[in-house]
Amino acid sequence: MTNTPAIEVNNLVTHYGPRLILDGVDFSVDYGEVMVIMGGSGSGKSTLLRHLLGLHTPTHGCIKLLGHDITSCSADELQDLRRNMGVSFQGGALLSSMSVAENVMLPLREHTTLDEQTMGIMARMKLEVVNLGGFGDLNPSQLSGGMIKRAALARAIVTDPKLLFFDEPSAGLDPVVAAELDELILKLRDTMKMTIVVVTHELDSAFKIADRITVLDHGKILLTGRVEDVRASDNERIQDLLNRRPREEEIDADDYLRRLTGG
Amino acid sequence: MAEPQQIWFLTALEGVGRRVVEQVEEFGYYLALTVESVYWIVFGVARRQPVRISASFQHMVEIGLAGLPIVFVLSFSIGVMLAIQGIHTLKQFGAETQVVLGIALSVTREFGPLITGILVAGRSGSALAARIGTMTVNQEIDALRVMGINPVRYLVSPVLLAMLIMLPLVTLFADFAAMFGGAVFCKLELGISYAAYWDQSTKFIVADDVLQGLTKSMVFAVIIALVGVANGFMVSGGADGVGKSTTRAVVLAISYIVMADMLFTYFLTL
Amino acid sequence: MAYPTKSQDGYDIVVLSDDVDLSCSPEARKAILASLASGNHTLVDLSAVTYIDSSGVASLVEGFQTAKKSDLRFGLIGVSEAAMSVLELARLDKVFPIHSDLAARLKADG
Repeated sequence: MTNTPAIEVNNLVTHYGPRLILDGVDFSVDYGEVMVIMGGSGSGKSTLLRHLLGLHTPTHGCIKLLGHDITSCSADELQDLRRNMGVSFQGGALLSSMSVAENVMLPLREHTTLDEQTMGIMARMKLEVVNLGGFGDLNPSQLSGGMIKRAALARAIVTDPKLLFFDEPSAGLDPVVAAELDELILKLRDTMKMTIVVVTHELDSAFKIADRITVLDHGKILLTGRVEDVRASDNERIQDLLNRRPREEEIDADDYLRRLTGG
Repeated sequence: MAEPQQIWFLTALEGVGRRVVEQVEEFGYYLALTVESVYWIVFGVARRQPVRISASFQHMVEIGLAGLPIVFVLSFSIGVMLAIQGIHTLKQFGAETQVVLGIALSVTREFGPLITGILVAGRSGSALAARIGTMTVNQEIDALRVMGINPVRYLVSPVLLAMLIMLPLVTLFADFAAMFGGAVFCKLELGISYAAYWDQSTKFIVADDVLQGLTKSMVFAVIIALVGVANGFMVSGGADGVGKSTTRAVVLAISYIVMADMLFTYFLTL
Repeated sequence: MAYPTKSQDGYDIVVLSDDVDLSCSPEARKAILASLASGNHTLVDLSAVTYIDSSGVASLVEGFQTAKKSDLRFGLIGVSEAAMSVLELARLDKVFPIHSDLAARLKADG
């Protein structure tokens, strides 16, 4: 497309109460790229995702999606933008009150005036894409974890969005199902030219699908780069993540004593 | 040891202050939710994002029809109870036939709306908090938002609409059930025929009495819907949080209903 | 935008063009279904299509199904690479009769 990136984040700072969650995050995602945001729990990656989705407003900083600054644009502008965003949440977040197919159709119903028949075909087509053809009439409660994630992906892509956000695609899935989802993500990038942001802590999956990786730790970006760059990085925290070493915190004796005694 | 005492005092004060601020914040939240859901009911169609009437209809069935048997049983019992107490009290003045008036007025103005409000708060208010709370925990609310579907329009407005329509209707039903209960007892105890009882009741009750009850029930409708929904939205921390919120929603809704009822009665009766 | 339909060699050919997306696909659907409704064998020419989204593809699917129900021939011609990859995603390339152009289709019809 153009030279401007699909997603641009500038100097994002966020507090929850007195706690600093994101501390000056800068990164960008190019069109048609799979960007994986990696980090341990508490690294701020989930918060970063919520910001990208417009669910939280940062303390300061700006987030541009497809050229629109979502921290300052109007509600209508954001609404338009959301037609071009698909999100697959960690737990799927399918509405339990309706069938799988109805769930997938929901964005179409709300955003388009297409014929009922057309919407039905589009939804079932997307269910085929994620290998859930024939499961449309079931309720979400009747699906397995892997199927729910795939159904959520079908809902996320039903409007053919330009941006796809995927929270922990492989968490809690067996390796075969996880690998299938990874394949799907790459297929969507290649055939639909989607720009995809994946938040995960699974290394194998991250290395397989990423065009670039952003490593987040304690609200700061340690590194943004290609898979090789991450592997070759001599940053200690990154190496800890790669080698699955438990975090070794430096112990401040006074502080530690105070924590133990509660004094 | 002046210093620690001062600190104790300040901490207590701070605690009170924080509670007050939280409470005001929560009322503000209720108010904002009410305004927004009414906004969608009124302007949704014009903004091409209409409130889902089918969902509202489902809620109406759930709030109204499904609750009728229990409303009948309780209201009937209240009617009988009022008759017993009324006759017992009025006997001392030799005016037991006046009990019909007492039942008619207290039912339409007070007990009909109150019993209905409390029952619906217990049945539907809790269900509402549990449902919305589960949706919050499962990120379904977030999912709606990122799909560009306003959760207030999608979830709250239909409920509010359904409550506003159904609660007055159920209240009317409760009025009749309670008066029927009174009539049954009066027939057994005083030998007043149903026709005479009905005649006397309708002679005493003016439209104002019934309207007062119905107005109350609409206020209760807003309270039940909003407290239920708001507590659902405020859930944090998994299934445990849903349970806590559900309980909180019921207790709060019933408390607010009783307090609102008191205020209402004060201003409308005096 | 309204899409033109031309008659040639026993087929109605609906010519889609440019971006067939949410805003245009209802028109495409109308054109395809109208041609089938008047009892004509129908081909959809995608050679001038720069982009087709799933609502566009859904219209093609509906057309094919309608054609089958009324015993009419249906097919796609001149499918561009961009359109092909969208069809492939849902494995529809194995479902539709796809030919490079009308001549190829006529040859295949025999």
